[in-house]
Amino acid sequence: MTAWEAVIGLEIHVQLDTRSKIFSAASTAFGAEPNTQACAVDLGLPGVLPVLNLEAVRMAIMFGLAIDATIAQRSVFARKNYFYPDLPKGYQISQYELPIVERGRLEITLENEVQKVIGITRAHLEEDAGKSLHEEFEDFTAVDLNRAGTPLIEVVSEPDMRSAKEAILYMKKIHSIVRYLGISDGNMQEGSFRCDANVSMRPAGEDAYGTRTEIKNLNSFRFVERAIDFEIERQIGVLEDGGEVVQETRLYDAGTGETRSMRSKEEANDYRYFPDPDLLPVVIAQDMVDAIRAQLPELPWEKASRLSTEYGLKGHDAETLAMSRELAEYFERTAKHTDADAKLAVNWITGELSAALNQDHLEITESPVSSTMLAGLLNRIEDGTISGKIAKDVFRSMWTGEGDADSIIESRGLRQITDDSELETLVDQVLQDNPKQVEQFRSGKDKVFGFFVGQVMKQSGGKANPKQVNDLLRKKLG
Amino acid sequence: MQDLSVSQLAAGLDRGEFSSEELTRHFLHRMQAHRELNAFITEMEEPAILQARRADQRIKEKKHGPLTGIPLAHKDIFCMDGTKTSCGSRMLDNFVAPYDATVVRKLEQAGCVVLGKTNMDEFAMGSSNENSYFGPVKNPWNPGHVPGGSSGGSAAAVAARLVPLATGTDTGGSIRQPAAFCGITGLKPTYGRVSRYGMIAYASSLDQAGPLAKSAHDCAYLLQAMAGFDARDSTCMDEPVPAYTQVLDEPLQGRVIGIPDEYFGTGLRPEVKDIMARAIAWAEGQGCIVQPIRLPNTELAIPAYYVIATAECSSNLSRFDGIRFGHRCQAPKDLHDLYRRSRSEGFGTEVKRRIMIGTYALSTGYYDAYYLKAQQIRRLISTDFSKAFETVDFILGPTAPEPAFKIGEKTDDPVTMYLSDIYTISVNLAGLPAVSVPCGMHEGLPVGMQLIGNYLTEGRLLNFAHQYQLATDWHRQCPPGCMQGSHGE
Amino acid sequence: MSISLEEILSISHLARLHIDEEQAGQYAADLSKILAWVQQMNQVDTRGVVPMAHPLDVVQRLREDEVTETDQREKFQTVAPRTDRGLYLVPKVIE
Repeated sequence: MTAWEAVIGLEIHVQLDTRSKIFSAASTAFGAEPNTQACAVDLGLPGVLPVLNLEAVRMAIMFGLAIDATIAQRSVFARKNYFYPDLPKGYQISQYELPIVERGRLEITLENEVQKVIGITRAHLEEDAGKSLHEEFEDFTAVDLNRAGTPLIEVVSEPDMRSAKEAILYMKKIHSIVRYLGISDGNMQEGSFRCDANVSMRPAGEDAYGTRTEIKNLNSFRFVERAIDFEIERQIGVLEDGGEVVQETRLYDAGTGETRSMRSKEEANDYRYFPDPDLLPVVIAQDMVDAIRAQLPELPWEKASRLSTEYGLKGHDAETLAMSRELAEYFERTAKHTDADAKLAVNWITGELSAALNQDHLEITESPVSSTMLAGLLNRIEDGTISGKIAKDVFRSMWTGEGDADSIIESRGLRQITDDSELETLVDQVLQDNPKQVEQFRSGKDKVFGFFVGQVMKQSGGKANPKQVNDLLRKKLG
Repeated sequence: MQDLSVSQLAAGLDRGEFSSEELTRHFLHRMQAHRELNAFITEMEEPAILQARRADQRIKEKKHGPLTGIPLAHKDIFCMDGTKTSCGSRMLDNFVAPYDATVVRKLEQAGCVVLGKTNMDEFAMGSSNENSYFGPVKNPWNPGHVPGGSSGGSAAAVAARLVPLATGTDTGGSIRQPAAFCGITGLKPTYGRVSRYGMIAYASSLDQAGPLAKSAHDCAYLLQAMAGFDARDSTCMDEPVPAYTQVLDEPLQGRVIGIPDEYFGTGLRPEVKDIMARAIAWAEGQGCIVQPIRLPNTELAIPAYYVIATAECSSNLSRFDGIRFGHRCQAPKDLHDLYRRSRSEGFGTEVKRRIMIGTYALSTGYYDAYYLKAQQIRRLISTDFSKAFETVDFILGPTAPEPAFKIGEKTDDPVTMYLSDIYTISVNLAGLPAVSVPCGMHEGLPVGMQLIGNYLTEGRLLNFAHQYQLATDWHRQCPPGCMQGSHGE
Repeated sequence: MSISLEEILSISHLARLHIDEEQAGQYAADLSKILAWVQQMNQVDTRGVVPMAHPLDVVQRLREDEVTETDQREKFQTVAPRTDRGLYLVPKVIE
């Protein structure tokens, strides 16, 4: 049996978060009535001309700097010619030779903590197409050109990834970079961040690449992973049956989890790229690049490394937090307001808080429990006012808007019982009520100890200080 | 009235000798009386009268400029809000533009009265105006001959005195050659001098709009109003527009004129050559220094031009797909059928031919041999010019190798037709300004000379042409069939 | 320089032009002639010559990121061959 190795490269399309389109002054806002944000330029009316948006250029440069790439001093726009109903001019303004960003790199951390460098061939600026709606009418495809002309950067990786997992790590890292830079909302449902995956197989140890297929328009991390995994299995199947992989474009069907050939696009395409005569070469001065570099925000890996040194977090925790700029900022605000251990804060943020956010489909920025509120809760855990278990109840009450930790603890009398005599009464009562178990413990059945702890906690309504209860029980059962 | 210059018309309006409405009606009558020339695709009588009345109001309120109330025609390549803009094509026969080209807006602001949209070769592709969906334009000097192209309707309309001023566009000679064939003055400005926004693109890196008028003086007025920066056109220059009419009277003494050998070679008709010799002699008489120069790559300009222009047009014309505007075939059976039939029915033969050539030249395997090679030759041609302009102020030669040819004479052979643009095409490749000035007649047909200048020397070109026109009366000659009604209605 | 009928058909496909077989022959003849004539470009050695994409040696001007366009859908769609509920319609595309 041959051992197969997958070779994967990604082309990620990132919509840039500019106000107006890349070549026109129409709005890029999502969700407007069809064709109400398609101006004369976006419609490709006879006689119209493109004028380049400065902000799109700035954003592309920011991205290039973040991935340690070369920013072109001179960059050229080209026309990519093909016919499609949602491509109004019959060509897409893109870049071919001289893209704005070239030769970048990105490190990803694999599960075994090994660092791997993924090369980024290029990132070029281009305009998005409109949307074809195939389901609205029985006999027609309907075209909405609101999206036409929205600025994109297409980020093309080297074929450096060897598994769907690696591809996802890379893609998530790109996602986190564009969100950190504030150049894209990265919203995958709305299509602001989408990906084409190139997949080929080769016998392990071989250098030459196999024939690749391109899976188009994947708009969630999960789909990318499943599509690549499916495609790997499919290609192995074809190859092991003695067949050949056909170079083609494939579409992922989220319903079946399979990829299928896109026959309509199989027609031989020849894009006939040539420099767009309506646009002039973009010349990027070094001072512009320097100015942008000076204003770059802290990047995910910089933040992770700072969090780890400043707060003594483990590498993994720091990276998890730093994956999202908002999450990391929430953590730092929480940490500022509490004396509790940073690790405790991380556990709460990545545990209870993230779970609650997920359940209610909220972003961290929309959390009903603010960082200050969470810090207040952690403080009560830290000073022993409440136990971790009670804290979870308090958290849920905070989540539903009952107030801050202190007022909830106060009004519901959740303060932890730390008074020795009060605890002793509870312990004595439990021992008295369970003579059989006391007998068992004394005859060497240590496990029963946990039973007593549980009973005391139960009797106290969870408020007894667990450590004191433990000590008391040991003493009494001695 | 139709023989008056723009400044005379402006003075007459200013002094109240006639109103813009009277002037407009006069020209509208002439336009209607000479429909046999087929110079107009759309006549705009009603809106013109309304515009004229508004102009009269402005004149009364003394809020007018030099062009307020002066009638004008637009080549039907300029989008005009609410008006059919066909570009000479069946594809856009039903297209009512929903916005104004910058040139249209500027001239409206100047107070010009638009009488109509002029006929042209389909999508500006042609040198004879025979490629119009709306039929060929006749040369006012001889209806059996072509008026030149692609701005043939504009040139014929001005020559026949149907309108004092007209706009045109020039991609390979499309202002200068029809101006020469019709005995009028036409200027192709420096690339980027006039906004291309709203001007339907043929070949974007070559197209440039400019004025057509009887005289250089009139052209100066029109160019003044057309030129200038436009934020909607990335290729439009952000350079101040000089006052062209202020420099027309400068003496020509000491100006150096280069005469390129290549413009006087075998293809040139001897009679045209003689006419040129007289114009050159006149320039020497004015104290100009005349010297021979070389433009060695001139012959290669035509093939390079046809590769670049067709490549750009093949892409520019892709937007005509029958979806958002323009012709759509009946009952398409699927998307592919919609595209193919709409485009094949909407475009004429020459347009399709050029789309095919351009598509071929850009396709995989041929790009380097055709498109890239043509761009390299373009560089050589441009370098030839810049070398020449190190020593000369102007380059002078014929606008075309012969006077207007007969309708149908060259339609069977595209290459022969392309060769008639030999003297004009290099100028577009280099992006230089050039003016064509009437300088003689041969067998009842006008002959034009072309004066090429360095970048942004439109003022100097018009200065030379104006001085020449002060000394000659070729530009005052009116086609015999168009002389009635010389003194108004 | 001779262009085959297959080439004509493949170019006409790229350009979305309908050309029947009879026309294809004419196109093949015309294009072959024009391209043969164009090949005189090869007379000149252009090694090392920088291609000229644009007549002027100027750089792209950049626009401030401002929204100034307003909704003109109704006006723009008056010239459209077929629309419904603000959408442009084409024969159904099957992916």
